[in-house]
Amino acid sequence: MGTLSPGKRLKSGVCATEIMVITAPDGDVDLRCGGAPMAEDADGSGNLDAAWAGGSVMGKRYVSGDGSLEVLCVKAGAGSLAAGDDALTVKDAKKLPQTD
Amino acid sequence: MNTTMLLEMAAGGFGDRIAFVDPRLGGSISYQQLYNAAGAAARDIRASGAGRVVMLDVSNLAIPVALFASGWAGAPYIPINYRLANAEIDALLQRALPAYLITNDERASAFQDREGITARSRGAFMELAGAGGADDARRSMDPDDVGVLLFTSGTTGTPKAAMLRHRHLVSYILSSVDFASAAPDEAALVCVPPYHIAAIAATLSSVYAGRRVVQLANFSADAWIDAARAERVTSAFVVPTMLARIVAALEGEETANMPHLQSLSYGGGKMPLGVIEKALALFPDTDFTNAYGLTETSSTIAMLGPEAHRAAMARADEAGRRRLASVGVAMPGVEIAIRDSTGATLPSGQRGEIYVRGKQVSGEYEDRGSLVDAEGWFPTRDAGYQDVEGYLFLDGRADDVIVRGGENLSPGEIEDVLVAHAAVSDAAVVGVPSEEWGESVAAVVVAKSGQVAGDPLARELRTWVKARMRSSRVPATIAFWSELPYSETGKLLRRAVKDRLLDRHPHVR
Repeated sequence: MGTLSPGKRLKSGVCATEIMVITAPDGDVDLRCGGAPMAEDADGSGNLDAAWAGGSVMGKRYVSGDGSLEVLCVKAGAGSLAAGDDALTVKDAKKLPQTD
Repeated sequence: MNTTMLLEMAAGGFGDRIAFVDPRLGGSISYQQLYNAAGAAARDIRASGAGRVVMLDVSNLAIPVALFASGWAGAPYIPINYRLANAEIDALLQRALPAYLITNDERASAFQDREGITARSRGAFMELAGAGGADDARRSMDPDDVGVLLFTSGTTGTPKAAMLRHRHLVSYILSSVDFASAAPDEAALVCVPPYHIAAIAATLSSVYAGRRVVQLANFSADAWIDAARAERVTSAFVVPTMLARIVAALEGEETANMPHLQSLSYGGGKMPLGVIEKALALFPDTDFTNAYGLTETSSTIAMLGPEAHRAAMARADEAGRRRLASVGVAMPGVEIAIRDSTGATLPSGQRGEIYVRGKQVSGEYEDRGSLVDAEGWFPTRDAGYQDVEGYLFLDGRADDVIVRGGENLSPGEIEDVLVAHAAVSDAAVVGVPSEEWGESVAAVVVAKSGQVAGDPLARELRTWVKARMRSSRVPATIAFWSELPYSETGKLLRRAVKDRLLDRHPHVR
């Protein structure tokens, strides 16, 4: 549990997942992966909670129900992401024409 | 938040794919090799004690290595125009000391013993980058770190260094590109020089999408066409002057014969309607996108997509065709507003200064502070208006406005009318000092070949404008030149027009 700011990178305590915060609400956020809290220096060696084993996909953006929290998965893993007990969901990809 | 993370993800997701190809010098580099090279180069940069990484070279494989190595080492990346005079280059380098300089062999030896500069030739840099041994210091993820400094091509005075922080660049990529979204055969032809914001944006977005970049140094229409065909290029970005030359080089051919080219985007200056219409006919299978952006906004902030181009072509009426002259609607996460000189927001249809807001917007210059206001709005200095559906039309620079007898005149409107005359190939309109009016309208016209430039044509053009616009818009003077001054990227240098006019016509002062 702690405050999150854009750019912060966190690791899963139970799998290989790594995320970067894109937007975060003020105040503490209980960001979890595979049922366990995420931290800057977690080593992924803990036990994966079977209820949170849907997995994370690299490059996908995950958002909370109210949109106040958004993270980018920068490394895939076996655990799924949540804020407390609320699962984060994959944000729809945009299909923009290439401009550069 | 750091651009290096984008490459780290690419290396992790599709490391074996080819990231960059340099057909001129030969050679290519995969995402994993690029990641390893950036790490090794970062170690050399950090060991040199330099605070800045300066790139003074044409497009080649060292460019992406240097860009990502600088992010890795936490030293801002500064690409400099290699076509500048030596004295100008020295002046810019002076502002970047202590610097780690990557350049060609000749310049690397010239700078070898210069105080405050660690010079590496392109070859030596790639050799040490290829030797492995990544920098193992913890990489900064501070979103406020400065990623790139770009000298804006001002026509007078000292160039300003626009400052793009990692959060601006990463925000731009995350809001406009999906990770690993490119098919394995996709290839982007990058022909803008490395010191142009479009080249930085193309590097970052191609890496994140997993799209192979084909580098083209020193643009020419023939080289572009050859590279596009040889590398089976699927997308490219060009500035208007480049597209005009490509279209001219394909003169007489029914189509460009490039079925593999899925998308062609353009921007960086005003695109003549005639050029884009010819291009649409020459590339019938290609999606066209007009992108409008600034250095200070980390590239694109508005775009006119392929559907709008097709609709404009299909609709024979003037209104549909007119959309082609628009730069489209705001990108996701970007807001655009038009304001008058007092800062009040204007309704649609009214011309004013274009303001922009969004996470990718920097609006900040080194040693000059930020132009962004308390609510996050950046004044672009570009002028334009939005139609009721939010389509943005550019109309010169905000300070180009001619104030004649208290009336605000837009030079762009008058230029459009002049260029529509059959004898005119190009036109520029500026305000010149006038005792009677404060400012009066002066036009410079380039006549089409075969046309006689002189007083009879000038009289005819005045009558032509008078028949189509209010009499205050009729140019008081019309000069004929053989060509107009444009920047490298196709922007009309109105100030240069004005300066030359005032020297030539002292009586209008």
